[in-house]
Amino acid sequence: MITAFVISRSTDLLASIMLTGIFSLLSAVFFVLMDAVDVAFTEAAVGAGISTILMLATTSLIGQHYERRPTRHIPVYALIVVVVTGSLLVYGTMDMPVFGNVDTPVQQHVAPRYLNQSGDEIGIPNVVTSVLASYRGFDTFGETVVIFTAGLGVLTLLGFRRTEHQKNKNVIAAMYPHKILRVIGSLLIPPIMLFALYVQFHGDFGPGGGFQAGVIFAVAIILHSMLFGLAKTRRIFKDRSIYLAAGAGVLLYGGVGIVSMLKGGDFLDYSVLLSNAVSGQHIGILLVELGVGLTVATVMLIIYFNFSGRADHQHEDKT
Amino acid sequence: MLAHAPALTVLVPLLAAPLSLVFVKSRHCWIFCLLVTCASLVLSSLMLGQILDTGTIIYTMGGWPAPWGIEYRVDLLNGFVLLLVSLLGFIVMMAADSSLEKEIDTDKRKFFYSSYLLCLTGMLGITATGDAFNVFVFLEISSLSTYTLIAMGKDRKALWASYQYLIMGTIGATFILIGIGLMYAMTGTLNMHDLSIRLPEVENTRTVFTAFAFFMVGVCLKLALFPLHLWLPNAYTYAPSIVSALIAATATKVAVYVMLRFVFTIFGIEFSFEHMPLQEVLIALGVAGVLTSSIIAIYQTNLKRLAAYSSVAQVGYMIIGFAIGNVTGLTATILHLFNHALMKGALFLAMAGIMYRLGHVEIKNLQGLGRTMPLTMAAFVVGGLSLIGVPLTVGFVSKWYLVLGIIEQGWWLLAVLVLFGSLLALIYIWRVIEIAYFSPPNASTSQVSEAPAMILIPTWILVLGNIYFGIDTDLTVGITSLAAQSLFGVSP
Repeated sequence: MITAFVISRSTDLLASIMLTGIFSLLSAVFFVLMDAVDVAFTEAAVGAGISTILMLATTSLIGQHYERRPTRHIPVYALIVVVVTGSLLVYGTMDMPVFGNVDTPVQQHVAPRYLNQSGDEIGIPNVVTSVLASYRGFDTFGETVVIFTAGLGVLTLLGFRRTEHQKNKNVIAAMYPHKILRVIGSLLIPPIMLFALYVQFHGDFGPGGGFQAGVIFAVAIILHSMLFGLAKTRRIFKDRSIYLAAGAGVLLYGGVGIVSMLKGGDFLDYSVLLSNAVSGQHIGILLVELGVGLTVATVMLIIYFNFSGRADHQHEDKT
Repeated sequence: MLAHAPALTVLVPLLAAPLSLVFVKSRHCWIFCLLVTCASLVLSSLMLGQILDTGTIIYTMGGWPAPWGIEYRVDLLNGFVLLLVSLLGFIVMMAADSSLEKEIDTDKRKFFYSSYLLCLTGMLGITATGDAFNVFVFLEISSLSTYTLIAMGKDRKALWASYQYLIMGTIGATFILIGIGLMYAMTGTLNMHDLSIRLPEVENTRTVFTAFAFFMVGVCLKLALFPLHLWLPNAYTYAPSIVSALIAATATKVAVYVMLRFVFTIFGIEFSFEHMPLQEVLIALGVAGVLTSSIIAIYQTNLKRLAAYSSVAQVGYMIIGFAIGNVTGLTATILHLFNHALMKGALFLAMAGIMYRLGHVEIKNLQGLGRTMPLTMAAFVVGGLSLIGVPLTVGFVSKWYLVLGIIEQGWWLLAVLVLFGSLLALIYIWRVIEIAYFSPPNASTSQVSEAPAMILIPTWILVLGNIYFGIDTDLTVGITSLAAQSLFGVSP
């Protein structure tokens, strides 16, 4: 609460960004307390991790401070709408079943099958992954497409500005000419990537999965670009191959679904993939999570590269 | 193959979206997208045929039966909307290649096509699904891609328009999500069919009231019901012409469909119309929307913006139609979804033709265009007549049923107001006709020639559709009245 209030009043964007990071971490703690470790993991990786980086990249573009200009426009209507909405929400929750109660409809209706039978039907210990990737796998597919769409949007609107003079001037490569940072960073990058892979493939057994792994993997590459310059990283990860890889992630997920269709099941019915239904589920979940990871990681790169690519341009224009 | 039709209608454009990035030449990409949208159209029309034969089709995603898994449940209503969306998606796509030549850089075109397919996927997904949360997921896909598409407009104001829509759209989507979340908290299910069974047990709780309120406000933002329409005029005006045509013809229709589905199927007529003051609120807003936006439209100087305000007015008619609460009114609404898509598709494609030749759509500079671009302007005139509701066009058919429905309730004043709305439409369409036909060409309009064939053909397909379905109403009225009856629970 206090964090949110300070964010809204602060005029220092850097401070606001740091506070939003803290806000996300606090939310992650709440999620852990509510026993939703997977959600907490995602919040920590996305909210506190990558979005903080992206916002920092943006501030490097637009400057850190903004002036509080006196406005003639007084947002009274907005305030009224907010108050009405807020009170309606409170009003609505008064009749809501008590949180954590066993008798609530949420616990009684659909969830028991997920909890009791997913072990037999899908055979992996992490029920959250079972629900996400199999029972409601189509939603997750949709979310992957949402991320792909977002990446496509950023690419379309911000991309296509880099060209020749970036090749000529590799001055920016030494964006952060700190030896210590570079050495420590180089040491960190491999373990981060390894951890991402662990999260990716261990998602069946513990908290984790494609979304979180993709973000973590992207962070490793973003770290590289911060230390050694965007141009160098972009030479390894070419624009075209990145967006094609993002598409490939979506296609991998959808492809699994199409294969199961061809094998006589419904879309995304992994049980028909192999002769043994449970192993079919295993391999299906593994593959779709890989698709999610690929799309998420590459889209994060697209977003970061294109935002900070513009910062580089601005920098060049000045010098 | 046909057994998978519900899923494939959505999946074909979905999977084609990343694939279209592979193409190097934008022309190849366009042909590919044309084939894809055509495939989607064929699938959805086959599916509608099957529904007419055998009734509702259910398709379980992942082979998990609902409510554990996600199902697609396609009945007459959404089968009809699916056909509408895929039909317009295909026809508008035909004009894309020519129209984009003047409006979008070559290297950006394949991203445009990819976003276009994603937008179509999103709308088809919202319509086909039988799962409340899945609606939200596909809503995100269609919204995000629409923001991208709008922002690609030539004018820099397109960015601002897109940003405005992004903020409003996100608020709308969040409200919808809160609504769905509260429903889940009360019932433990996200499946629409299951919700419709389990909600009545808990319907007298504040949580369900709140869920309903949040959901309705969210959807009204999306369908641009007056006074929540503020994002729409800018979005339609500054978007590339093809995008204006696509979203004007389909996006608000899908939102109206979502509203119908939730009000009639999930919450039920009894709850929506008796426990909630839905009827009064919607009729008041609908009438206010029709009159205000029609009057604003009269004063517009930009043709696209004029058509945008007219869209807000047309949404008003659709809302009035189902808010009067009888089968005839609901038939008029569903019919108008289709008919309005035909009119606005034709109008916006005609504008794409004008944009192609003149590079602008300022009304005062269209002098004499009736002489230099006769086919384009004739298409505009027929679309405009249809908008007014002149007999022998589709506009007349839906207005006819709307007024019949209102008279069935005995609300004469409302009927007069609706007809007065048509009169206002006559004024704003006449302004354009007067300038285009009754003043001599000016320096720029005397130079131009007719729009390219690939814009004219789809425009005229829609124009002929306007006339054909205005004369032969068996097919459209047949399907929509059956759909309306089934929503009211009347067995045909």
